[in-house]
Amino acid sequence: MEHLELFFKSIFIDNMVFATFLGMCSYLAVSKKVTTAVGLGAAVIFVLAVTVPLNWLLDQYLLQEGALVWLGPEYADYDLSFLSFIMFIATIATMVQLVEIIVEKFSPSLYNSLGIFLPLIAVNCAILGGSLFMQSREIPSLGLALTYGVGSGIGWFLAILAIAAIREKIRYSSVPPALRGLGITFIITGLMAIGFMSFGGMLTGGDEETKEKNTEATLSNNLEKESKVITIDTAKKSEHEEVAVNIKETQN
Amino acid sequence: MGLLSKKDAKLITDPLTDNNPITIQVLGICSALAITAELKASIVMSVSVLFVLGLGNVVISLMRNIIPSKIRIIVQLIVVATLVIIVDLVLKAFAYELSKTLSVFVGLIITNCIIMGRFEAFALGNGPWKSFLDGVGNSLGYAVILIIVGFFRELLGSGTLLGIQVLGDPIEKTGLYAFGYENNGFMLLSPMALIVVGLIIWVQRSRNQALIEEN
Repeated sequence: MEHLELFFKSIFIDNMVFATFLGMCSYLAVSKKVTTAVGLGAAVIFVLAVTVPLNWLLDQYLLQEGALVWLGPEYADYDLSFLSFIMFIATIATMVQLVEIIVEKFSPSLYNSLGIFLPLIAVNCAILGGSLFMQSREIPSLGLALTYGVGSGIGWFLAILAIAAIREKIRYSSVPPALRGLGITFIITGLMAIGFMSFGGMLTGGDEETKEKNTEATLSNNLEKESKVITIDTAKKSEHEEVAVNIKETQN
Repeated sequence: MGLLSKKDAKLITDPLTDNNPITIQVLGICSALAITAELKASIVMSVSVLFVLGLGNVVISLMRNIIPSKIRIIVQLIVVATLVIIVDLVLKAFAYELSKTLSVFVGLIITNCIIMGRFEAFALGNGPWKSFLDGVGNSLGYAVILIIVGFFRELLGSGTLLGIQVLGDPIEKTGLYAFGYENNGFMLLSPMALIVVGLIIWVQRSRNQALIEEN
């Protein structure tokens, strides 16, 4: 159940592209054709599925405060978490290299069509973002980390597939000249993101909402709790605004 | 421009308008949009990127002849990661609240495509001084967009700028609020950042027809 919830949450509610804007660069650059978009999306799913659990292990047994205690009690005080950026990005760069070699071997046509973007997966914010969110949301187990990685990857895949399909069709429409290409893509993505926000209520139905939010708050770390919440005039706090704040909290 | 030759000055001014990293080169959108709900966060993010990109470009440019091209991406990542760790620790030490607001997005400067893009496109082929100017110019171009987006989102979304209420007090009903004006909380939600950038692109390309893309 836990897995299923996290899985759907990471696909729809915390969608990499629509909720946190991660992986935007390749999302905009590679979404002109559906076939290339599918290839890159699949590569992102794979890399996320490998790197998030790997980085979870690194975080758990190397980087966290007190993580080195398995070496002996005298290491209990070490806190290497300041190294996590470098460790994560090194893992990711290595894994991407590996994926590149595998794809080149088994699917040269895909390799050619992805071209420069395969090495650029290393600097795709969605990949590092996946690991950093995994760390800051304190995902509790290796299995959940895997679920989270796969889920986020699928979310990204869906997003790039949808925008690529729309962009293929929009070529036949008369967009205002100045909006052509990049401009209209931004605006469509914005509208899609508004659409995806409606998934915010998916896991929480009716009365359970407050309870769910509470568990969510305990799951997510202090970062999210302390992040700036819009101050709202309590006297005229309408239900809509409350929902909006909740959505914002979950997104932060 | 005593200090800068005309060519050098162009390195700084070009990215501000016609070669803007966000709206034209499509770089660095990833971490840019999520933190623009407040002007202050946008400014801090811009300064961080200015520091990382300016310094990183110099470092890469100095090392450009000794980096084997096969492992250059990893070398670049290490350089950026080191600089970002410095920024992160400085923010945590001197602006703790703000670093909580920015949360993982400071870390995501590492994978900000502007940085890798400029390393690849410029610093690997040019001297340190030029690379520095290029870094400063591009991060200023990035900053311009971030600050415009942050300005509008904070002004329309919560009626404040840098946390100061500029449109009057919504509770006391002073200023604009006396006439029935309401804050548009929707501007604070993430999708609006995309739409605001889309509109900026629209304005920019309407003014400079040469930038219009083929269908």
